[in-house]
Amino acid sequence: MLDTLLPILIFTALALAVIGAWRRNRLWRQGRPSSVPILKGLAAMPRRYLVDLHHVVARDKVMSNTHVATAGGFVAAAVLMILVHGLGMGSSEVLGGVLGWVLLAASATMFVGSLFVAKRRRNPPARLSKGPWNRLWKSLMAFSLGVFLITLPTVGLLPEGFLEGSGGWILALGLAAVVAWGLGEMIVGMTWGGPMKHAFAGALHLAFHRRPERFSTKAGGEGRSTGLKALNLDDVDAPLGVEKPADFTWNQLLGFDACVQCGRCEAVCPAFAAGQPLNPKKLIQDMVVGMAGGSDAGYAGSPYPGKPVGEHQGSPQGPIVARQGQALVDAETLWSCTTCRACVEECPMMIEHVDAIVDMRRFLTLEHGNTPNKGAEVLGNLIATDNPGGFDPGSRLHWAADLDLPLMADVKQAEVLLWLGDGAFDMRNQRTLRALVKVLRAAEVDFAVLGNEERDSGDVARRLGDEATFQSLAKRNIATLAKYRFQRIVTCDPHSFHVLGNEYGELGGDYEVRHHSTFIAELYDTDRLTFSPWKGGSVTYHDPCYLGRYNGEYEAPRRVLRALGIQVAEMERSGSRSRCCGGGGGAPITDIPGKQRIPDMRMNDVKETGAELVAVGCPQCTAMFEGVVDASAEVRDIAEFVADALVDRPAAPVESRPRRPAVEEFCP
Amino acid sequence: MQPDSREIEVAVLVSVGRHPVTGRARRADQDARGVEVALTLPGARVRLLHAGPADDGSEEALRGYLGMGLDRLTRVEQPEGADVVPALAQRLAAAPPQLVIAGSRAERGEGSGLLPYALAEYLGWPLVNGLAEVEGIENGVATLLQALPRGQRRRLQVRLPAIITVDGAAPMARQSAFGPARRARLESCAEVAVMDKALGEWTLMPARKRPKRLKIIKAGSARDRFKAAAAKAEGGGGQLLTDVTPEQGAEAILKLLKEEGVLR
Ligand code: SF4
Ligand code: SF4
Repeated sequence: MLDTLLPILIFTALALAVIGAWRRNRLWRQGRPSSVPILKGLAAMPRRYLVDLHHVVARDKVMSNTHVATAGGFVAAAVLMILVHGLGMGSSEVLGGVLGWVLLAASATMFVGSLFVAKRRRNPPARLSKGPWNRLWKSLMAFSLGVFLITLPTVGLLPEGFLEGSGGWILALGLAAVVAWGLGEMIVGMTWGGPMKHAFAGALHLAFHRRPERFSTKAGGEGRSTGLKALNLDDVDAPLGVEKPADFTWNQLLGFDACVQCGRCEAVCPAFAAGQPLNPKKLIQDMVVGMAGGSDAGYAGSPYPGKPVGEHQGSPQGPIVARQGQALVDAETLWSCTTCRACVEECPMMIEHVDAIVDMRRFLTLEHGNTPNKGAEVLGNLIATDNPGGFDPGSRLHWAADLDLPLMADVKQAEVLLWLGDGAFDMRNQRTLRALVKVLRAAEVDFAVLGNEERDSGDVARRLGDEATFQSLAKRNIATLAKYRFQRIVTCDPHSFHVLGNEYGELGGDYEVRHHSTFIAELYDTDRLTFSPWKGGSVTYHDPCYLGRYNGEYEAPRRVLRALGIQVAEMERSGSRSRCCGGGGGAPITDIPGKQRIPDMRMNDVKETGAELVAVGCPQCTAMFEGVVDASAEVRDIAEFVADALVDRPAAPVESRPRRPAVEEFCP
Repeated sequence: MQPDSREIEVAVLVSVGRHPVTGRARRADQDARGVEVALTLPGARVRLLHAGPADDGSEEALRGYLGMGLDRLTRVEQPEGADVVPALAQRLAAAPPQLVIAGSRAERGEGSGLLPYALAEYLGWPLVNGLAEVEGIENGVATLLQALPRGQRRRLQVRLPAIITVDGAAPMARQSAFGPARRARLESCAEVAVMDKALGEWTLMPARKRPKRLKIIKAGSARDRFKAAAAKAEGGGGQLLTDVTPEQGAEAILKLLKEEGVLR
């Protein structure tokens, strides 16, 4: 009897799955067009899955093994089940009946995997979603066990006639029911929206990812793609950002649908930890709710802090953020994000939260004119004075009045263009800049600055959603830079670094940009700097988001500190998992209240290492950390560490020195 | 707020502003506050009116007002150096609104702050300056809150049509959004230009910041100092002249200026 029942079950499930896939596809296709190479993407998918995705999953060893066993076992078992039980290829005439044995092994592997899944559900961490996800392990077991049992007679481990006769009938029906349950969750649920949807949507999402360049290739090198994509402002009819779920591109919608609700993003999100109303996982789920239409009441994970689940709803063509009242998401949720990218870095499904958040912010700023708190003022300043503080652009070099910095306008060319950033207006950062200048001079670097010709890079404007102001600043900066010749740009501001290096390219400005820590490390490696040994206390290092996760530079600052003779006492969250200082993405400007402040939490991390000093490499981090009351550690920029440790090298031949300023740091 | 309030026609006069630090063209701060007042008025049908030359720099600045959520602005084209009062007055008289809102003074050009008064005289309408809030409009009478120095407010009632001017005491203008600003229409229309002859004869130069009078506080204790700091600047030695001839008035002013060392 099972011989007739099983093919019916299997093919019904497959047919239902196809219908579900078609319907799901229609949901994604509500999105805006986005051209991706379909076949190339599909061809690249297995590698993206096996290498890039598993690279992320493997950070959690147990989970990684669990997933390999469960998913690997399932894929093999599903295919073989169709062959063996659907098409009857299990008999000994086909390949000597080996398929049946492999199927047994596959389903057994899957069963072992499902045991681990079940174990994890015993005491699940808060970041995991409950609801349907709590039943998944049972469904996995039903499928693997059911398939295992029905395959036993096929391979002859149980007599063929075992499932006949009246007792056998009942047993067979029971087995068929278990298999049907498994098929329902594992095959039908995959396209109809159960927990297994992540496998179907995830596979396609990997294939049609909007940032194909973020995946590694066989040629080696880990892909990185962190620059925001430019809005088309020349076309008056082109929409400005995302107002409703259907305004995302179709492959963004597909990406949201791939979320497995693992909550890794939630666990690393600084805004969530600070009790601000943001949870990246919930945000992605809200987008899925909006895409399909309905309320968020079915969501079974942690809510946005302070916002109960079930009060928001949306539809594909309805607004995400209401001008008044509630819609799918509240504006303050979007404005809580520091764009630290910790969520993107952790997401095993390679979902791009920051892109989505900035897309929605763009609409709020460019169409609603609703950037909260100091947002409007800062954007107004950027438009009127080219710097966020509203300072006189002619005073950009006042801090360096005594340094006689060579101006690009005078020298026309230099090996290094020193990009000052808006820190030039900030008294604290001016100390860092002076230290950096001292270091460059000690290493006899041929450098020059733009001086008053420099403008804000546009970083803050862009992340506040004001793409128009960003592009205006960027284009004028690019035009200025085009007037001069230089080999590379060096800056002590990772935000400028990121924008100049990764975001100006799309607008026609391609530069080689170095963070000052990288450049100093190079100078040291080429013996152009000599340091006196470190005599201070213990030091820890904070990775700025825009240097680390955005640009992959974790090593250079540590190399510089090592060269100084400093042993870095690492914080628990460092490197790619560094916790944000709270200063990015315009978050200090929009200033959404939470229960704690993000910089306070980070300074606590510092405190746990017992360090007396925290080395930083970003004016924003410096400002945030120095704003922490009763901090246990002092904040010092890498450039300051280096400048303090400089020792004169044996005199270099005088004529090789470039034009020296009359006033220099003199030791009488 | 007022369910029974009928639609009222409001015209806001807007000019091309000038950023105090960089001198770049922008929406003028006070005019933008005027637009804000108009936009928050229940039942208001708001139109924007600008008189001046048509060029790119001014277009971007004017679009700054449109980005506050209006779909059009009428530019009464006037050549550089024209006196815009007659043109504006004719324009307003042709289709009279019930309320005209303007900033107290322009950020470029003469910036004398006289335009609203000249307009009021031309049209024969009452004028209220230093508006803080429009509390309501009923049966052709507006209840206004006027801002006085030191945060004081005075409630006034004025029969419409009227001109009201706003300064820094009015609520901040909302953010201007790029999308609506770009889509809105900038309509141009012609009006006879009357050249400002006097202006042509003047020499213009950048204004200098006026020196601020130092308050000399002779106070012994902290309490006295606090009192002095918080006290109203009352002109103790001042005198109120009423019913005097213009000559007597001028005499008195001249005397004061000499005493103060402004005139020597
Ligand atoms: S967005 Fe990514 S990291 Fe967050 S829950 Fe979904 S799959 Fe996990
Ligand atoms: S970018 Fe950072 S702050 Fe924003 S959602 Fe992701 S983890 Fe949270």
